[in-house]
Amino acid sequence: MTSTTAKSFFWKGIRDSAPFVLVAGPFGLLFGVLAVEAGLGVVETMTFTMTVFAGAAQFTALQLMQEQTPTVMVLVSALAVNLRVAMYSASLTPYLGAAPLWQRALAAYFTVDQSYALSIVQYETHRDMTMRERMAYFFGTIGLIAPLWYGATLAGAVMGSQIPESWALDFALPIAFLAMIGPMLRTPAHIVAALVSISVAISAAGLAYNLGLLIAGLAGMMAGAQTEVMLDRRKQSV
Amino acid sequence: MSDPIDPTTLWIVIIGMAVGSFALRFVFIGLVGSRAMPGWLLRHLRYTAVAILPALVTPLVIWPAVTQGQPDTARLAAAAATLAVGFLTRNVIAAIFAGAGTLYALLYLLG
Repeated sequence: MTSTTAKSFFWKGIRDSAPFVLVAGPFGLLFGVLAVEAGLGVVETMTFTMTVFAGAAQFTALQLMQEQTPTVMVLVSALAVNLRVAMYSASLTPYLGAAPLWQRALAAYFTVDQSYALSIVQYETHRDMTMRERMAYFFGTIGLIAPLWYGATLAGAVMGSQIPESWALDFALPIAFLAMIGPMLRTPAHIVAALVSISVAISAAGLAYNLGLLIAGLAGMMAGAQTEVMLDRRKQSV
Repeated sequence: MSDPIDPTTLWIVIIGMAVGSFALRFVFIGLVGSRAMPGWLLRHLRYTAVAILPALVTPLVIWPAVTQGQPDTARLAAAAATLAVGFLTRNVIAAIFAGAGTLYALLYLLG
């Protein structure tokens, strides 16, 4: 009985994830193409994508390695881009924290924007789900997206070098990231964080080792957090 | 535009990122479990994506490597269109199409 409902939650996760096919497919393809253009082989590209499994951080590392940034700075910057998954992990813990360790470890690997965004909404609106059902739903949200992401990366890596320069693929990464940033600007605090980050990034652009990226990122985070505190205070005093 | 990536660097980055990314995802769900976390930490983590991604993209938009670092009208306009459509529609795909459309149209028109 429990396994039947768990199974149906897995399929619900698959169905709910369908719109993200349009994001993961092209994004994976693009990573494969850019990785091969940067000089990675198919094996290196696939190892990268399957062990790290974090699109935005992979693009960041690729970009910085091409700019001959010191290895430590590449790692720190790419992991900073991925800090948000730590927040996702924190936010899922109350719902999944009681599952067996191997399931939590597997869920940790699959914690990405899509699986987090879908699962947290599902858990918050369906409080009566059992632990098994929650896990089944979580793995459903990634059951279609993860194989698609791997497959698309492979396709991109295989056809990579045949893409002509007139396609202006150099600008695909900025467009993909900017397209992700727009919908993230949900509150005034998010907008302040982004604006501060942009202006610090411009003024700190000359710094060595791409330090400007980290300084601008930290400044943006602090500005966002500070704005949130101020707005909360104002709300309380009204 | 850029030199080839050194294979040793590449493998250090791949392994480091694989371990580091998993650690970031595992730290709370695996290790913290059901203990509470300080509010100030969560408040800062909330703004990581929205602070780091613009910091990464801004120099690429203003000083593109393809134009040897010269600001380029087509790329600046495409970036603005992507951000604006993404912000207004909350739709990632629509934003990508708006940005790519603007870029190709201006690259064609400005030759």
